[in-house]
Amino acid sequence: MKKVEAIVRAEQLQSVQDALDDLGVSGLTVSEVMGCGRQKGYTEQYRGSRVNISLLPKLKVESVVPDEVVGSVVDALVSAAYTGATGDGRVFTYDVVDAVRIRTGERGEETVRHTGEAPVGWGN
Amino acid sequence: MEPTIQDTIGRIDTLWVLVAGVLVFMMQAGFLLLEVGFSRMKNAGTIVAKVIANLSIAGICYWAVGFALAFGATQVPADGETAGWLAGNAGFFLNNLPDLEIPALAFSAADPAAKFFFQFAFLAVSLAIVWGTTLERIKFGAYLIYAVVFSAVIYPVISHWIFGGGWLQVNFGMQDFAGSTVIHLLGATGALAALLLLGPRQGKYGADGKPNVIPGHSMPLVGLGVLILFVGWFGFNAGSTLSVADGRFAEVAIVTVLGGAAGALGAMATIWVITRSFDIGMTGNGVIAGLVGITAPSGYVEYWAAIPISLIAGILVVVSIIAIDKRLDDPIGALSAHGVAGIWGTLAAGLFTAPRLAEYNAVGEGGLLYTGSFDQLGAQALGVVAAFTSVFVVSFGVFFLIKKTYGLRVTAEEERHGLDLVEHGMWGYPEQFMPVPGTQYHQPVPPVDRPAARPAPLGVAARGAESKGRA
Repeated sequence: MKKVEAIVRAEQLQSVQDALDDLGVSGLTVSEVMGCGRQKGYTEQYRGSRVNISLLPKLKVESVVPDEVVGSVVDALVSAAYTGATGDGRVFTYDVVDAVRIRTGERGEETVRHTGEAPVGWGN
Repeated sequence: MEPTIQDTIGRIDTLWVLVAGVLVFMMQAGFLLLEVGFSRMKNAGTIVAKVIANLSIAGICYWAVGFALAFGATQVPADGETAGWLAGNAGFFLNNLPDLEIPALAFSAADPAAKFFFQFAFLAVSLAIVWGTTLERIKFGAYLIYAVVFSAVIYPVISHWIFGGGWLQVNFGMQDFAGSTVIHLLGATGALAALLLLGPRQGKYGADGKPNVIPGHSMPLVGLGVLILFVGWFGFNAGSTLSVADGRFAEVAIVTVLGGAAGALGAMATIWVITRSFDIGMTGNGVIAGLVGITAPSGYVEYWAAIPISLIAGILVVVSIIAIDKRLDDPIGALSAHGVAGIWGTLAAGLFTAPRLAEYNAVGEGGLLYTGSFDQLGAQALGVVAAFTSVFVVSFGVFFLIKKTYGLRVTAEEERHGLDLVEHGMWGYPEQFMPVPGTQYHQPVPPVDRPAARPAPLGVAARGAESKGRA
């Protein structure tokens, strides 16, 4: 069981999400983050004064997946988030010690494995 | 010398026309809030700059040439009612205003200066409507260029045809009391021309061509905008009487409130039937559509007629927004609320005009429902077609030239960052984008101390970067 964490451009979220859906990833968490990498921000101005905007808005996409799909999930993330310009982001992978599904008390890798059941409550 | 009763009436009329003009002027705030609310946060500030710039350009252009083209006459013609077939020809720079002949507005005893102010506020409303379709992707300079052409030529000429004693009003008796066609359809037509050349916002249509939802960021601001517009509309419609003496202005105000109410309820009911939700934005659009619909007939119909006219406008606006959204990205619904409802309102006068009020206003005749004659409806339709065609052709040409020279649209990268940042150097809501809300931004570090690798700069920095050696 591994946690895949990607920092991506906001505008790439939809294609990232679609790519993960196609792989049957059972869940993901997205948060708005600010940060800097090689892009280092840019200079703007406000009422005549220059200001340095050093942190750029990005999205952090996290998902915990079974070991056997980690490789394909990372590949899918990279190709879905890629634009080729500076600022495309990073993908990190971590080991996960345990997982519990709160509703049922189940533990371990089964809790993050995609079951193939049709999602309920969508598309109506 | 004691003022005569006639002098006193003139002064009271002047007061009312000026107050009504101020109400119409305030509609700028309504459009501002409506557009801000229907935009995303990264494109909120640009609308403030745009509304102020457009209003300013409109004021100066209308003073210089607009009012003269719309209403001025070198002399009162023999029949005493028209300034010119195509356009007015006197009063440039408001030269000799107190003595200027304004034959089309001669029915009002108000001072010419008040009449100018009132008509200027109308122009500003029409210009504001143009930009509803262009939110979140247009280059700021395009606003400024088109605003000059629209305020100096397009609006004055068409308003002359219908308000100023031109061919549609005098030769065909087209009825447009406060401007369903002159103000609203004109603005929406310019908006359509701009939209066709601009294209949709990024992400509006998926790879399969299906429309995506890009929600505006503040429904409370939309609501405030709608209500300010509603208040302004009492100046718009009731003020178009240009006089108070016989109390018609109060009657028109009642027609207006009934229209706004019926539009809101019509739209709310329609969207509920379609989606089973009481949609906030659609209800707001319904108020606007109802008011736009009742604008042309407001001085020509009895109270009851406002309800069917605006109810239909409210239904039309919802159906039209949903239909247009499949192909054209109109973030605010301007094509539907001002264009479709404007056409309907103009035609509705041909159906519902009461003969006694056509006679009272001395324009046209009663509508189909009273007279059984299609004459008035035909005149209304002709007016719609003439105004739409001429404005569309000219506007499309102007926007096409802007596109080929200055450029109409920001780059894809700039669009992602938002117009606030790339056109104005700062977000409209900076703290929304700050790493820690409430902190300060720092002045940039001198270039020598910076890391060597720099991305392509954006916005203000991009324009100044080369010359300052910071690229």
